[in-house]
Amino acid sequence: MLKILKYSFYDLMRSRWSYVYFVFYLVLGFVLLFLNNNVSKAVITLMNVIIILVPLIGTIFGVMYYYNSKEFTGLLLAQPIKRSLIFLGQYLGVALSLSMSLIIGLGIPFILYGIFRSDAIWDFSLLLITGTFLTLIFTALSFNIALSNENRIKGFGYAILLWLFMAVIYDGIFLMSLMIFEDYPLDTFSLTATMFNPIDLSRVLILLKLDISALMGYTGALFQKFFGTNFGMFLSIGILILWVVIPAWFIERKANRKDF
Amino acid sequence: MIEIRGLYKKYGKNEVLKGVDLAIEEKKIVAVLGPNGSGKTTFIKSILGMVLPSKGDIIMEGKSIKKEWKYRNNIDYLPQIANFPNNLTVKELINMIKDLRQKKSADDGALVELFKLEPFLNKKLGNLSGGTKQKVNILLTFMFDSPIIILDEPTSGLDPISLIRLKELIDTEKKKGKTIIITSHIMNFVEEVADEIVFLLEGKIYFKGSISELKEKTNQPDFEHAIASILTQSYA
Repeated sequence: MLKILKYSFYDLMRSRWSYVYFVFYLVLGFVLLFLNNNVSKAVITLMNVIIILVPLIGTIFGVMYYYNSKEFTGLLLAQPIKRSLIFLGQYLGVALSLSMSLIIGLGIPFILYGIFRSDAIWDFSLLLITGTFLTLIFTALSFNIALSNENRIKGFGYAILLWLFMAVIYDGIFLMSLMIFEDYPLDTFSLTATMFNPIDLSRVLILLKLDISALMGYTGALFQKFFGTNFGMFLSIGILILWVVIPAWFIERKANRKDF
Repeated sequence: MIEIRGLYKKYGKNEVLKGVDLAIEEKKIVAVLGPNGSGKTTFIKSILGMVLPSKGDIIMEGKSIKKEWKYRNNIDYLPQIANFPNNLTVKELINMIKDLRQKKSADDGALVELFKLEPFLNKKLGNLSGGTKQKVNILLTFMFDSPIIILDEPTSGLDPISLIRLKELIDTEKKKGKTIIITSHIMNFVEEVADEIVFLLEGKIYFKGSISELKEKTNQPDFEHAIASILTQSYA
């Protein structure tokens, strides 16, 4: 698998898009630090960007890479390599190169600004960790979509829909149900609903770490009580890991049952 | 020896292979023929494990190939359509496949020479013509020394000289005692190289035997007409 990973990674590192993505984060990091002149504020702004953009790029890149490398995959399938490893290798190749663009692209400006001397180092690390998780999660989901759809237009369509649902529609439904059922106790519901969407979960994690939960009223207090503890933190990370492992397992299953 | 036992394959409602039983003996060149859509490529891809049979089994050297992958070390495969990653150069592709195969004894130099690929080695695969891609494809197939060679439409897009070289290549491989499976629509080519014909029709084996047996069976003086007579009969 490492060899497939190596070649996929190498292939992506030579494509223009990885650099565009990297330069985008580099510029974003510098601009935010320059304008805010405050690491914590920059982290909050970055969070808002990352939480929407990372899943979008992960999904689009995953689908695009899968369809574009179909020929390469065909070539590999006739070689003495285990089938599931080909796809897991390609998946990790995409996800890791995207994560690297994110981490290095944001890392450089923040290191130059002096993040190591600032007390926002943990907030910033958490931001990068959740960003990496979101990349891994959404690339895995997009590989599943691409593996199930031979037709690229359909594949792209479903991928965009998935992102739209997770990033926008889910929150809408969530808020609507909170309003409709406001007479009922909704503590467990809102906690569970947050857990089921990796984007929401990452957002809550970062917001709570930044200690601005007071802005969120009662829900904030509730979330603070839950996620603020070590147990809540570990549970959230655990759920993020599940969000990576389960789709990756599905990639393996789908790849093993598909005709090429 | 490759043994195919009761092979069925369905794509959704479309039944492509409907019970293929076949034993491919060692050291022979077998041509799999049939009209378009008769299931030749599906048949070949089943042997390679790229297509998973709906029913039936394929036994290679006494072992079922289900969920196996190491047996592919013994197979060199030439795919029908030469599609490669476009942003790799020919040289990088050759090295990559060597690396993935973990066989150090690849004979790519002689083949580069044979097909005059020297000037293309540092060009990107996306910029090559169809015929040159097919030559690269042939090179990748023949550079390893595996006991089984599977060629899916090897002649497509080749110029006459390369075609002659390909025939020579197949001939030398045969003399080395290899099992070769070929599909082709070029009947002259098949007649020249094949020891045995397997004719697929609507997902079943319609005929299996030598070319002279086929001529006898159909009462036709030459091979091309013999094949044509099977086809007209089946379409009538």
